Amino acid sequence: MSKFKKKKGGDLPAISTASLPDIVFMLLFFFMVATVMRDNSTMVENVLPNATEIEKLKKDRTMFIYAGKPSEQYKNLGTEGRIQINDAFVNLDAIQPAVFEYIATLPEELKDRVVVGLKVDENTNAGIVSDVKQELREANALKIMYVTGQKKEE
Amino acid sequence: MAKRAAPEVNAGSMADIAFLLLIFFLVTTTIEKDKGILRSLPPIDDSQTEPPIIKQKNLFTILVNRDDRLLVEEEEMDIKDLRQAAIEFLDNGGGVNPEGESCDYCRGKKDPESSDHPDKAIITLKHDRETTYGRYIEVQNELVAAYNFLREREAQRIFNRSFASMLEEKEKNQFNKDEKLNANIQRIKDMYPMKLSEAEPDKS
Repeated sequence: MSKFKKKKGGDLPAISTASLPDIVFMLLFFFMVATVMRDNSTMVENVLPNATEIEKLKKDRTMFIYAGKPSEQYKNLGTEGRIQINDAFVNLDAIQPAVFEYIATLPEELKDRVVVGLKVDENTNAGIVSDVKQELREANALKIMYVTGQKKEE
Repeated sequence: MAKRAAPEVNAGSMADIAFLLLIFFLVTTTIEKDKGILRSLPPIDDSQTEPPIIKQKNLFTILVNRDDRLLVEEEEMDIKDLRQAAIEFLDNGGGVNPEGESCDYCRGKKDPESSDHPDKAIITLKHDRETTYGRYIEVQNELVAAYNFLREREAQRIFNRSFASMLEEKEKNQFNKDEKLNANIQRIKDMYPMKLSEAEPDKS
């Protein structure tokens, strides 16, 4: 009996924190995998409208076109709605080449299923959207998605 | 028994480093949440054929003006009434389709002044160049909701399951096609084909 007591000694052993890093690393890996770094910054104001009847976007075959008012640091371009593709403001006639260029980068089986995601600011005039749609029709990229937020049901 | 075990390497600071990284990734993470309304554009048609004549009663005309107000069938309407009005129009079934069949699944009023058959019923949407995009999306959303409501109802009636779940299952097995499911989805879609035409806004 007394033998055991002696072995234990006086103070309590500290709780081992050796497994704490394991737990933290587990979380870390999760977030590392889930993280998507923003690959292009928007140069236009981009508050998306909300809708209820929405479907998921297929990321692997989607090309994005942004439109809206130039944001704060590009104020010198005026307040008229502008189109942005990849990291630059473009004119309407640059849409078709950009679409073909994107389609060329897709794997073979997705080439004819390309979707164009329109991220348009809710305060933009709808006229610019119909111009873009007309260009897309001419480029024969007929599937479009109006990217929206999820509206809360009342 | 004074002999002690070899002291462990102090791993306490490892947690600190990991936390630092963790917090960095927590802050930079944006879980992807891109969703939206999927629509197909009509292909460009440069043939010179005469467009078919469509009876006025089979057209449901929506105009959105530059002040974001709606004119539906020549009456001003609030956005919240649009869905119901579109459902009533599509589901009217007052006549026969091009094959001469009457709509036996429609539950509308069978008003002879409204659409003949969901096959023939066309919604046209025209907006002004200065309409805001937010309002345009709201209108689109209400119209898609009207179609979804009717398709959902028929899917429940015929297959006793929701149309959304059928689409989801199709999506899940997109590389090994389930012919029966696809046929069922197509059958529902054909009952209420989405005929939504958009007119070019006037150049001003």
